[in-house]
Amino acid sequence: SFENRLAFRWFWLPEPVRPLHGSGCGQQQEAVGMEMRPETFSIFRTQENDPDCQSEQHQGQYYTVPPSHFHTVFPHGLPPRYQQQVKTFNEGCVMVRQPALELISHLKRADYSKPTLRYLLYGVKGSGKTMSLCHTVHYCSTQGWLVLHIPDAHLWVKNCKELLPSSYHASRFDQPIQASNWLRNFRTTNENFLSKIKLRQRYVWTKRESTEEGQPLGELVDMGVSRVKSSSDVVGAVLKELRLQAGGTEGGFRLAVAVDGVNGLWGRTTLKKEDKSPVAPEELTLVHNLRKMINNDWCGGAVIATLSQTGSLYAPSSAYLPQELLGEEGFDSMDPFIPVPVSLYSEKEFESCYLYYLDRHWLQHPHSQTEEGKKELIFLSNRNPSVLERLCAFL
Amino acid sequence: MQMQRLLLSTYFLFSPERRTANMAASGGRTVGSFLWKCGNCCFNFNTVSSNLTRQVLSRQLCVSAVLHRKNLAAAGPEKFSEEFIKKQVEEFNIGKRHLANMMGEDPETFTQGDINRSIAYLFPSGLFDKKAKPLMKHPDEDTFTKALAVEKHQDRLRGKDLFTQDAKQISLVGSRWLLKEELEELLVETISEHDYARFIQLMERLLSLPYCSVEEDFVQRYRRQLEIQSSKQQVQPLQYDQHGVAYSTGDGRRKTATGTVLLRDSGSGSISINGTNYVHYFPVLQDREQLMFPLHFMGVLGRFDMQCSVSGGGHSSQAGALRLAISRAMLSFLSEGQVETMRQAGLLTPDPRIKERKKPGQEGARRKFTWKKR
Repeated sequence: SFENRLAFRWFWLPEPVRPLHGSGCGQQQEAVGMEMRPETFSIFRTQENDPDCQSEQHQGQYYTVPPSHFHTVFPHGLPPRYQQQVKTFNEGCVMVRQPALELISHLKRADYSKPTLRYLLYGVKGSGKTMSLCHTVHYCSTQGWLVLHIPDAHLWVKNCKELLPSSYHASRFDQPIQASNWLRNFRTTNENFLSKIKLRQRYVWTKRESTEEGQPLGELVDMGVSRVKSSSDVVGAVLKELRLQAGGTEGGFRLAVAVDGVNGLWGRTTLKKEDKSPVAPEELTLVHNLRKMINNDWCGGAVIATLSQTGSLYAPSSAYLPQELLGEEGFDSMDPFIPVPVSLYSEKEFESCYLYYLDRHWLQHPHSQTEEGKKELIFLSNRNPSVLERLCAFL
Repeated sequence: MQMQRLLLSTYFLFSPERRTANMAASGGRTVGSFLWKCGNCCFNFNTVSSNLTRQVLSRQLCVSAVLHRKNLAAAGPEKFSEEFIKKQVEEFNIGKRHLANMMGEDPETFTQGDINRSIAYLFPSGLFDKKAKPLMKHPDEDTFTKALAVEKHQDRLRGKDLFTQDAKQISLVGSRWLLKEELEELLVETISEHDYARFIQLMERLLSLPYCSVEEDFVQRYRRQLEIQSSKQQVQPLQYDQHGVAYSTGDGRRKTATGTVLLRDSGSGSISINGTNYVHYFPVLQDREQLMFPLHFMGVLGRFDMQCSVSGGGHSSQAGALRLAISRAMLSFLSEGQVETMRQAGLLTPDPRIKERKKPGQEGARRKFTWKKR
């Protein structure tokens, strides 16, 4: 495979400054003059760890998320298998792929005085939607945006042990555990914003508890974490405040709402009331507030969402298009949105992933390190990222 | 030296027909060594009859018999020349004298009848066949005449340059013996199993003898040719569609699942089953490995595009049916030798296993009802 690497070096060597237009531009390097570089980096990695500076040059290459960012930016957002992989390899490497790059370029060029744009990542199961979302979230946090990352909306519509009737609104239900968990993670992600943002309204929780106007947001969040009973309402309040203040000229922060598995907000739930009748998603406080967030009636930020079939309820496993998974209601709410398709690995990306696993000594089987073994891997996984990952896990 | 002389004499004590019989030969050798032991030590036979010493002697006898056997093998085939026969006669006479001493009789007046009686007394044999019993005869009496005649004949042929070594062997490759039913048909009579087994045994023995190629016609009458398996495969010619791309179809079945495959050349290795991607249709790795096996075996993994349709059965049987269909479709792209290797790998054999019938009185095909003691 050293010869492979050499061949790819001649093939891939990026020119230092020239920006390239069009997609899949690694191949165009050939026409440009080739230089000899010392071997300080390998083919599938790039030193460019800042998502801002990544461009199509780096497509297919892995960049490392700095460990300091890891725990602040992604306390809860990463797929569980990827978290295990990070723990095993002792580093978090994300592949730069075309959907993420497209999203980031849109975010760079968008006009934030207009109502929010909504982006929807969709694709077949295991093609890398959540990872692209995390890549974009990393970009947003490095740019200093306030990130509202909901790891999986499906977690809010199923498997809830406690459903309290809401104190605020009679017909709605609260989910204290999920809400407090999310608030805790939110606090970890956006530490620096919590003291800067001030509340514009007075919130009364109980007869004795209330939060005054002008208090920092951090206090509200702390209160929500400690008082578990009213945490769902706290979430609602937080979302409302952020919505109001996002595009504001005095505060001046941008808000990124990243929702994974957004189709869960409009489907059905598995939760039941005490009289065994099913709960509709609108009757959950969290879902209700989140839906208000996703509506494009505010400005100064972006909504990035992914569809997910894996956790979705009552959806066939072959469905991956927005219409199928969102349903009519969801589609109407999300409309208009910018669809971003996420495809399976291209040849280059597959090669890069394969070399990464080889580099990390993840592929132990001697046959997998040969060309034939690579062909077998391509066949068996059909270049599907998650299938490939599961396949290599026992090799 | 004395031991060898005595051993050799007693080796030829027995008639030539029984020489190959193992029991008699080993018996002869033990007799010879026993006599030697007796001759050396002048043992009285009665004291030897105690079990312990006999066992000790027999143990030693066996060892020397083994050594003797080895020596013979190293020496090569015996040459029945005149001086050899003279030596045998001398040894017979000496042996006769030793025997007379042992029996306590006068060596001068020891006749053949006396010899027979003494041998019958010393080596009581429970065998019925007279020729199998131990005997000690003068070498001139009908022992070497046959062998001498054969040797003379061979010398004459050598003189006329007609004595060829047996180089021709009957080739038995690709044929088998007649089955019992076929033999019955040929001979127009019923044959028992023992008779058939004996027949095969004798034919095999005939083939093991030298110059069996003379009777090749006779032997071949009782053999049948085996058909070459791979010539049974019908390989369909390649078809070409409008763009000049070669394609072929194949179908396969496994346990109520049927599948058809359209294999197209110069593709990228994409497979669609019933309209969906194969990764979604077969989420289980084992099924995808089954699909991969024929292509990987011939090393054409990325070459073909496939459109498959499959119905019936479960996921494993559908995968098996598709595998057979792919192998059959690939035949038209491959050469004869590769077809043969595929057949030997078992890719072209339809799997005959089907669900076994449930029997009455049992819960399933094999499972019995729970046994209750009372």
